[in-house]
Parts: sequence; structure tokens; C-alpha cells
Amino acid sequence: MSIFVDESTRVIVLGLTGSQGRFHGLRNRDYGTKVVAGVTPGKGGQDVEGIPVYDTVAQALSREGADAAFVVVPPRAASEAILDCAAAGVGLVVCITEHIPAKDEALVAARLRREFPRTRLIGPNCPGVISPGRCNIGITAGDIALGGGPVGIVSRSGTLTYQALHELSRKGIGQTTCVGIGGDPVPGTTFVDVLEAFQADEETQAVMMIGEIGGDGEERAADYIAAHMTKPVVAYIAGVTAPEGRRMGHAGAIVSGSKGTAKAKIEALVGAGVVVGQNPTEAGELMVDVVRRLKDARS
Amino acid sequence: MDLVEYQGKQYFARYGIPVSDGRVADTVEEAVAAAGEIGYPVVVKAQVQVGGRGKAGGVKLAADEIETRHYASEILGLAIGGHKVRRLWVESATDIAAEYYASFTLDRAAKKHVAIVSARGGIDIEQVAATDPQAIVSMHVDPLDGLDHDAARQLAGRAGLDPRAVEQVAAVLVDLYRCYVEGDADLVEINPLVLTAGGQVLALDAKVTLDDDAAFRHPEWSALEEIGDVDPRERLARERGLQYIGLDGSVGIIANGAGLAMSTLDVVNQVGGGAANFLDIGGGANADVMADALEVINTDPNVQVILVNIFGGIVRCDDVARGILRAIEEVKLSSPIVLRLDGTNSTEARKILDDRRPAGVIPELSMISAAKRAVEIAGERR
Repeated sequence: MSIFVDESTRVIVLGLTGSQGRFHGLRNRDYGTKVVAGVTPGKGGQDVEGIPVYDTVAQALSREGADAAFVVVPPRAASEAILDCAAAGVGLVVCITEHIPAKDEALVAARLRREFPRTRLIGPNCPGVISPGRCNIGITAGDIALGGGPVGIVSRSGTLTYQALHELSRKGIGQTTCVGIGGDPVPGTTFVDVLEAFQADEETQAVMMIGEIGGDGEERAADYIAAHMTKPVVAYIAGVTAPEGRRMGHAGAIVSGSKGTAKAKIEALVGAGVVVGQNPTEAGELMVDVVRRLKDARS
Repeated sequence: MDLVEYQGKQYFARYGIPVSDGRVADTVEEAVAAAGEIGYPVVVKAQVQVGGRGKAGGVKLAADEIETRHYASEILGLAIGGHKVRRLWVESATDIAAEYYASFTLDRAAKKHVAIVSARGGIDIEQVAATDPQAIVSMHVDPLDGLDHDAARQLAGRAGLDPRAVEQVAAVLVDLYRCYVEGDADLVEINPLVLTAGGQVLALDAKVTLDDDAAFRHPEWSALEEIGDVDPRERLARERGLQYIGLDGSVGIIANGAGLAMSTLDVVNQVGGGAANFLDIGGGANADVMADALEVINTDPNVQVILVNIFGGIVRCDDVARGILRAIEEVKLSSPIVLRLDGTNSTEARKILDDRRPAGVIPELSMISAAKRAVEIAGERR
């Protein structure tokens, strides 16, 4: 089992006719993902290397049938694209778009909460979700992931998500699903959402969590882990040496006072029984130990 | 973008939030002229983006022209929290009966906006939160519902304000919410929001942080001047559209993605070095962006070595490699580059570099080995 996606997931790509959408949409298809349609208003009837393009999400869904959407459109158009998917009944929307205004993100979150509670948004500003060998929606290079489990990955950062996949794969540890939740102020899916799904997933036996400074998502994750997780969690938090009060790229990564610092997050996680690595490589090595102990316990 | 007080007040005034009459002054003479127009007494206030201006002597009450002249010359050029004062705001003095606090920001966990009000304004709100949490009241605002006067009045009522202030504070909250939402601010904060002896409610300070991602729908933002000292390296980086923060170590850092860049800083630190900067070339970086990034770092005299740490996702490693080759040709780099490339098209990138074997580029296979090598080189060159 995997979470959120599997080999049967059918994906439409909003923005497939753009350069980014084309590059990643086709790459996702090459990986084996069922990319069944593209959506670009005004370009219905065209195709991108055999993938039919429709004017609207509703048309694409009625003709091709899909349960997931990959949103690769500019920030001004992203909110509407996400809500179009939700209104058409798409269950999973993965949005990689960067630089969406925070007010638009808050409004999208509010409308999903009130009008479309059955739609899960992953992102925005995230690398997407990959279940190695089954489905890849987003911008992750599929060849750095290794299938077969037993580890689930959840990460707030883009490139650190790849780093985490890479650290595990090169040590021969497979992944069940890797979810990049994104670093924006209003993530559609939170650490806790993904941890809940991994806790419920039979195939996932341990979780690697990659956080960073700013906000309190990691602290909330620590509370959830302490109260509900029976599976071991290994974490890495980026930004231990970040100067206070300075923004480091992500809108979410603002350190002010003690709350939101790497130190406070690490303390909360350690308090919840999480093993925390000092860098991504050390976190990978700690996961090797965890997986070995899981195997020993079974044999 | 953080606004200084007077810019924040001008932003507030557009949404109908009451502020004192005031003028900008960059010289002592301008301050005196401003005070003459406004009428005495006036308050002379340093315009810098740091808190604690009052304690640092950056806010003074002036009763007449002699005092205005004295304080203006004293405050201009003063260093407050490392920022040199270059601009003053001279405003009409207020007879204060009570000091309150009001703000709007985003509650990430709830995914809703949050209004915060306190009857204990005029001091650091985090200190109030730590020592007297009962004195702070808050309320979530669902973006779909907005904030109406009744809800604002209830919140103001719960805060235990002077009864004379409640209606006016409620009106300020409604306007401040509009300023926050329509004005695309990440934070709007009034501390203190005062009740005057005459029974009027007034925003006596203004803290506004604008959401840079919303700049496309606010052409008026381009007229906002950057006040205060900006690191020249940061200025150059911003012109090139790069996320750069100057630090004081000797290892220049270029990475793609904020997380990986922060992690690179951490690892350099762990292996005994110090980062000269944080530089995120972002998700869509290409050869041009890489060349720009190297040029920015090359202007930093502290840099002894440049560590380039790229994990390709959207960024293609072959583009990065081409950018490095071009930068080496176009810019005379004064430091060697330690290069770690992984991810999308990294095989092609290695081939490009193997074919050309550029001088001063040292490839490393992992983030940690690259950090160690960079710190070693920085040590040797010092």
C-alpha cells in the first residue's frame, strides 16, 4: 500500500501545454504514471505527445476519468485552477506553483474546508507526491526513489525532499510514499495529515520527517507523534544555524523569538521520542538503524 | 517587505485608520519646518525598521523649535540596533489616556486569519504573552466570512478596554482587517493603539509587512522607498532576483531551494566552517541565474571558497553546469568552486564538466564531503 496515490491513480495536468507542465507532465508519464489528460483553457482539442488536452477540468474528467490533478500554472491562475479541480470532484490536487499570495492560499483553504471537504490539496509550492514504481505526480526525479518500502517520507522543503530520498535509496532503503507538503504559509496538507496516513498504512513501518525553521507545524507533528504514532520516526530540521529574524526564502521560514526555531522544534520532536539527525546524511544513517531493528524484531 | 512607521501609517490612512498628522524629514531644517506646519508640541521619531526606538533615544517630545532642532540633530545619524537613522517622522504630539494593542496575521495551523487585541499596549506583546497571557484576546477570522463590526465589537469588549474606546476600536479593527486583506499584508500591527485624553482612538505606531508575492496586483508598492541600510550584496542580489542574506563566514554558498540552502549552512557549520551567505537560486534556476549567483558572491571579499550544492528537480543539473562554465568565462572568480550536483540530468552535467575540466572547479559526490572540502580550502586560503 501507499498513501494518497497508487498504480491505478489517473492524473490530469493543468498547464500541460506550458513549458514546465509539458516537461514534468511527460516525465511523470515516462515514469509510469497514468497521465490521462491536460487542461488548458482555449487549447482543447490539441494534444501533447498523445495526451489529449481539454478546455476545462469537467470536460477532461467526463471524457478520461481521473482522480488526481497536477497543477502547474502561474501564481495568478493557481487558486482558480485548484478550486476548479475541487468543484469537478477531483479527490487529490497536487500544486507545485511557487509565489501564490498568502491571502489567496488562505481563501483556497477556506473554500476547500467549507465547500469541498473531500478534496485533498498537496502544496502549493511543493515537489509533489511519489510512490516509487507506482505513481509520480510532481517534479521529483523518479530515479532517486526506490520502491518496496518500508519507509514513508514527509517533507516541507523541495530539494531536501530529494536529498532525503537520495540518502535512503543509496543505502538500499525503499520508500512507500514520499510527500512534499511545501513550505508556504498555508499548506493544503500538513505534517499531521501525512503522519496519520502513514500510521494507518500497513506497508509503511517507519517515517522520515524533514522540517525547517518557521511556523509550528513540526511542534504539532511532535504532539501527534507523542499521542498517536506507534511507528518509529526519524527527523531532520533545517536551519539550526539560520540567523534569527531573517527570512530564508520560504514564506514559512520566519524565525521570531524562540517559537519556530530549529532548537525548539528539535526539542519538541526529541520529547516525542523522535530520533533527530544533525544533517540529512545522519538522518539517513539513523533510519538504517531503525530499519535494521525493525527487521531484527520480526525475525 | 517591511514598512517603516510612516509608510505603515500612510498605508493605514488609505483604509481610514486614524493616525496623527505628520511629515517626513531628512534634515534638521525639514524637521523644524514640518513641526511649524503641524503645530507644537510634536514628537520627533527615528524611522528605522527595528524595535526599541524609544529606549535607544530615537523618539523625543519637542515643545518648541529649539527642542525640535536639538532632538532632530541628535536622532539623525544615531545608530539604533545597527541601523543608522537617515529619516525622521515628525508628528503632532498626543495626550495619552490608555495604550492598547491590535494586530492581524495568519494562524498557519488553523489556516485562518487571526485578530489579536490587548488592553496592555505600548510594550512588547510577546512579553505580555509570556507574563500576563490573560491580557491578550484573539479571534479567528474565516477569509470567507470576513470581519463585521459586531464581531469586532465583541472582541474589543472582551479585551477589557475603556468603555469609551470600544466602539472606536471595533471600527479600527474592521478597517485594519481590510488593510490586511485588500492591502496584502502578512502582518499589520498597531502598538500602541491609544485612547487620547480627549476620548479619541489613534494608531500611534504602525508595523506592516507586505506579502512580496502579491506585488503583481499592487503597482503602487513600487513607489515605496527602501529606508535604511541595505547590504550592498543583498541589493545586487535583489536586482538579479535572487534570495540572498549576507552572513560573516568565509564559505560562499549557492543552493537551490530554501531548505537545501539552510541545510548547507548547517553542514558547513557542523564541519567547522562558517557560511558567508545564504543564497537560494530557486526552483526555476537556469544557466543565467547560476552565473548571476556566482557574480553576487564574487563581490564578497570575505569569501575564500564557493560551495555550490544543487539537487535537481525543476532545476536541471546540465543547465547549472553550463552556467558555471559561462560564469567562469565572463566573471573573473576570485575563489575556487566546490561543486556537488545530484538529481535531474546530473549525468549529463558531469559529462559536460568532465569534457571541459574547468580550472578551479572541484567536484564532490556528497553534500558532506563537499562541505568538508570547502571548509578545508577556506582554511588554507586564509
